Amino acid sequence: MTDKTALTLTINGRDHAIAVEARRTLADAIREDCGQTGTHIGCEHGICGACTVIVNGEPVRSCLMFAVQAEGKKIRTVEGLADGETLHPMQQAFMDHHGLQCGFCTPGFLMLAVGVLEREPDINDDDLLDVLSSNLCRCTGYQNIIKAVRAAAEQMRGK
Amino acid sequence: MTAPTKFVGRSVARLEDRPLLLGKGRFAADVSFPGQWHMRVVRSTVAHGKLRGIDASAALALPGVHAVWTHKDVAHIPPIPFRLTGLKELEPYRQTVLAKDYVRYVGEPVAVVFAADQYVAEDAADLVELDIEPLAPVLDACGDTGPFDDTHATEPSVIRKGYGDVEAAFKAAHAVVTLALSTGRHSGVPMETRGAIARYDEARDILEMHGAAKVPWWNRDHIARMIGRTRANMHLLEGHVGGGFGIRGEIYPEDVLVCAAALAFNKPIKWIEDRREHLIAANHSRQQQHNVRAAIDAEGHILAIDNEFFHDNGAYMRTHAATVPDLSAAMLPGPYRVPAYRAVGHIRLTNKTPCGTYRAPGRYESTFVRERLMDAIAAKVGVDGVEIRRRNLIGKSEMPYDLHLETLGTHIVYDSGDYALLLDKTLALAGWPALQADLKKRRAAGEMVGAGVAMFVEKSGLGPSDTVRVEIKSDGKVEVVTGVASIGQGVETAMAQIAADALGVDYTSIDVVHGQTDRIDQGAGAFASRVTVMCGEATRLASVKLRDKLLRLAAELMQTEPAALDIINGEIVRRDSTGPSMTLAELAQARPGELSAEDTFLSSHMVYPYGVHVAAVKVDTDTGAVAVERYVIGYDVGKAVNPRLVESQIAGGLAQGLGGALLEEFVYDDNGEPLAVTFADYLMPTAREVPAMSILVTEDAPSPLNPMGLKGAGEGGANPVGAVLASALDDALQRPGAIVDLPVTPQRLVRLVKTPPASI
Repeated sequence: MTDKTALTLTINGRDHAIAVEARRTLADAIREDCGQTGTHIGCEHGICGACTVIVNGEPVRSCLMFAVQAEGKKIRTVEGLADGETLHPMQQAFMDHHGLQCGFCTPGFLMLAVGVLEREPDINDDDLLDVLSSNLCRCTGYQNIIKAVRAAAEQMRGK
Repeated sequence: MTAPTKFVGRSVARLEDRPLLLGKGRFAADVSFPGQWHMRVVRSTVAHGKLRGIDASAALALPGVHAVWTHKDVAHIPPIPFRLTGLKELEPYRQTVLAKDYVRYVGEPVAVVFAADQYVAEDAADLVELDIEPLAPVLDACGDTGPFDDTHATEPSVIRKGYGDVEAAFKAAHAVVTLALSTGRHSGVPMETRGAIARYDEARDILEMHGAAKVPWWNRDHIARMIGRTRANMHLLEGHVGGGFGIRGEIYPEDVLVCAAALAFNKPIKWIEDRREHLIAANHSRQQQHNVRAAIDAEGHILAIDNEFFHDNGAYMRTHAATVPDLSAAMLPGPYRVPAYRAVGHIRLTNKTPCGTYRAPGRYESTFVRERLMDAIAAKVGVDGVEIRRRNLIGKSEMPYDLHLETLGTHIVYDSGDYALLLDKTLALAGWPALQADLKKRRAAGEMVGAGVAMFVEKSGLGPSDTVRVEIKSDGKVEVVTGVASIGQGVETAMAQIAADALGVDYTSIDVVHGQTDRIDQGAGAFASRVTVMCGEATRLASVKLRDKLLRLAAELMQTEPAALDIINGEIVRRDSTGPSMTLAELAQARPGELSAEDTFLSSHMVYPYGVHVAAVKVDTDTGAVAVERYVIGYDVGKAVNPRLVESQIAGGLAQGLGGALLEEFVYDDNGEPLAVTFADYLMPTAREVPAMSILVTEDAPSPLNPMGLKGAGEGGANPVGAVLASALDDALQRPGAIVDLPVTPQRLVRLVKTPPASI
C-alpha cells in the first residue's frame, strides 16, 4: 500500500509534481502534498462540501476523488480566486453581506457558487438555492450566504 | 477639528474576513511541524464491556508505526477534571484519557497509534485487536436507578432547586396542568472537527498545544497539572476555529494524549478528528425527559411549577459535570412570575457518548418545557397563548428581579427587561392578527398551517473577571490583548470597535489578540455568551486608561495640559485646533515601551437578555415535512456593539435550533450502537430548510451592571426554537399539546397526522 505514483497536479495554473498512493484523496493531496490548505475537509464522505474545488470547470468534492484521477486536469481552489489584492466578486460579496462567521465552510461555498455560476450564469433563484443546499454551514443560518451569492451572480453576469 | 468617528453601535465590516476568504486561514489541520507523528485513536466498538486485553502486535508490525499506547502507558495521568459545577459526588465518574478495565460507550478511546503518516496510522488502528467481554448496556435514563457497572451507580447525583411553598400552592390551585416532555440528543457539530497538535521545544522547555479553543487558559493549567508540568512551561495556542457552540475546546482525552506523547517521544504529535469520530466522541447534549406540572388559578396565573426531570449524561461526567441539568433547573421559570417552584433533576449515566454544553445549554430544554406548559395552561383556561403569557409576565417595574435561584456560582437576578414591550414589538413585526386570520382561512381551505409564540430569558456575561492589555505599537497600530477566544463570532471586530471609540482611533488600526496563553497570563475564554460583556468592558476600561496615559505623555511633549488635548481618528490634537498635532506612532517612538495599559473588569452577576420568537409553519401531510413559512425574532441585548453581528448570531442560532427541533438526533439501537455517525444520518439543516427570517434587535433594557449596558447575543437565536415550532405545529394540527417530544421528525409528524386524536 505504500506504492506511490508520481503525478503532476495543476492547481490554479501552477504544476505540483508529487508522489502519492493510489488511495490518496484529492483533498489530502491538495492540502498535504501541494500545501494549499485553503481547501478544508469537513466530513470525508462527500456531504458537507467544505472540500469543494473546481476541476475542469466543474465543482467537485475533493474528498470523493482520488488525486490520481485529477492528473492532467485543471484544478482551481480558493487560493486562486482573487486577482492579486483584488477579491473575486464572490469573495467580496461574502464580505459585504456577512456570508461567513467561522469561515471553515467558506472556501467550499465560494468554489461551489463560482463553479456553478460560471457554467450557468443565468441560473434561477430556486435552482441556485438547490445548489447551495448541497453544502453545509453551521454558523450563519445560510441567509447571508444566499444574499451574497445572488449579489455576486448579478455582478458576474454584468461583467 | 474633524469630528471623531464612532464605531460602537454600527454594523461595520468584520476584521476577520479577508484571510478566511482568501483561503489563508490557519485551522487546526493546517498546523504541521517537520517530523511530526500522526495520532489515531482506537475506539471501543462496544457500548458496555469489560476490557480483557488489547493486542497491538499487528499494528506495531506495520511499517511506519512508531508506538501504540493503552491505559497502562498513561496510568499516571489523572482523570479529566471538572471545569464547571463540579459536584464532589460526580468525581468517581470522570473519564480517564484511555479506557481502564471497562469500556462504557461506542467511541471511547481505548488505545492510540502513533505513525509517520495519517493513512498508516488509520491502517494500524484497524489492526489493534480489542478483547472486550460485552455487558448489558444501560440506555434508558428515566427508569429505576441501579448499577451502571461493578463500581458505579446509574444516578450519581440529583440537582434540587426551588423556593416557596409548592405543596400549598398545588392544594390551593384552581387547576393543575401536567405534561411529560422530552428533548432529543443533539450536539453543536462545528464544521471543523476537533484537532490538537502538540510540540515540545526542548531548548526552551516549553510544551505547546495548537488547536486550542474556547478556554485555553483553564485548559493550559489543567493539562499541565495532569501531565506533571506547570502553567509557566506550557502554552495553548488558538488558530482559526471552525465553530464552537459549547462543545469545542473543552479538555478531551485527545488533547491530553497529544501533549503527553509530544513529551514522551519528543516529537510533534498531530491529531485531527474525522467526522465519524466527532459524532461519537465529542460531547453530546440536551437529552432530557421532563415530568412537569403547574398549579394555576382560574385566570391561568401560575401559582407554582413542580418539575422532575432526567438528564441522560452518557457514560462519563466530563468537564461540565452538572452544568447542563443545573441550568435546566435554574432557568426554567423564564420571564414569568412563578411564586413557588421546585425542580428535581436526576443526573443519569447511560452507555452513550458523554455530554457537555451545546448553545443555550439547559435552556433549549427548559424553554421547551416551560413554553409547552404555557400553551397547555392557555388551553386549560381557554384563552390564547399570547394572552396567557401576558398575564404571567414579570413587569418592567419589578426589575431587578431576584429569582431566588442560583447557577454557575451566581445568584440569578434579572438585571433589566421589559418583556411585555418586546412581545408587543415582535407581534407587531409578525403582523400577528393578520397572520392568524390568514392561517385560519387557509386551514378552512384544507391546509395544515399554524403559528406559535415562545418567550424566554437568556443569561450572558458570566464573570468573575476579564483582563485586557492595550498597547500602541511603534508603527502607531493598536494591539488589544485579551483573555478570550474566537470561535467565529466576530470577537476581533467587536473588541476593536469598543477600543477604537475609547481611544479615538479607527477600528481597522486595531489588532485583537485572543486565545494565546503566552500573551496574557489569565483568561476566562469564550462561553456563556460572556465575551462581549466581560471582555468588552475590560477592553473599554483598559482603553480609557491608555487614552489618559497617551494624553498625559503627549502633553509633556507638546508642552500643554492633557485636558487641552484630544485623540481624533488616531491623531493627538489640540482641542482648540491650534498648533501642531502628533500621531500615535510619533508618540510611541518618543516614549518607547510606555504606551500600554491594562485593566480588569469584575462582575459577580450575569446579565439577562430576553427574547420572543414567532413561527408560522405548514405541514406536508403526506411526508411529514415542515416548511417554516415565517419566522420573526425579537431580542433585547441592552446595547448592540455591532448590530449585524448580533443579527447573525441570532440567525445562526435559529438554524441550529431548527435542526434540534425537526431533524437532528443521535439515535442508538438496543445494543447501544450509535446510528447517527455520518452527515447522512445526523441531518443538519441546509439552505433549503432554514427560512428567511425577520430579526428585531432592541436596546430597551440596557444592563445596569456594565457602563455600556451590554448583554450577550450568542444563544438567543437557538433557545426557544423547539418551543415555538412545537407551538406552531400544535396549531397546525389543531391539537393542543400534540407535540411532546423533540425533534419532530417527519416520521413522528406523519404518525401524528395519521392518528386520530382520541387514540393518542
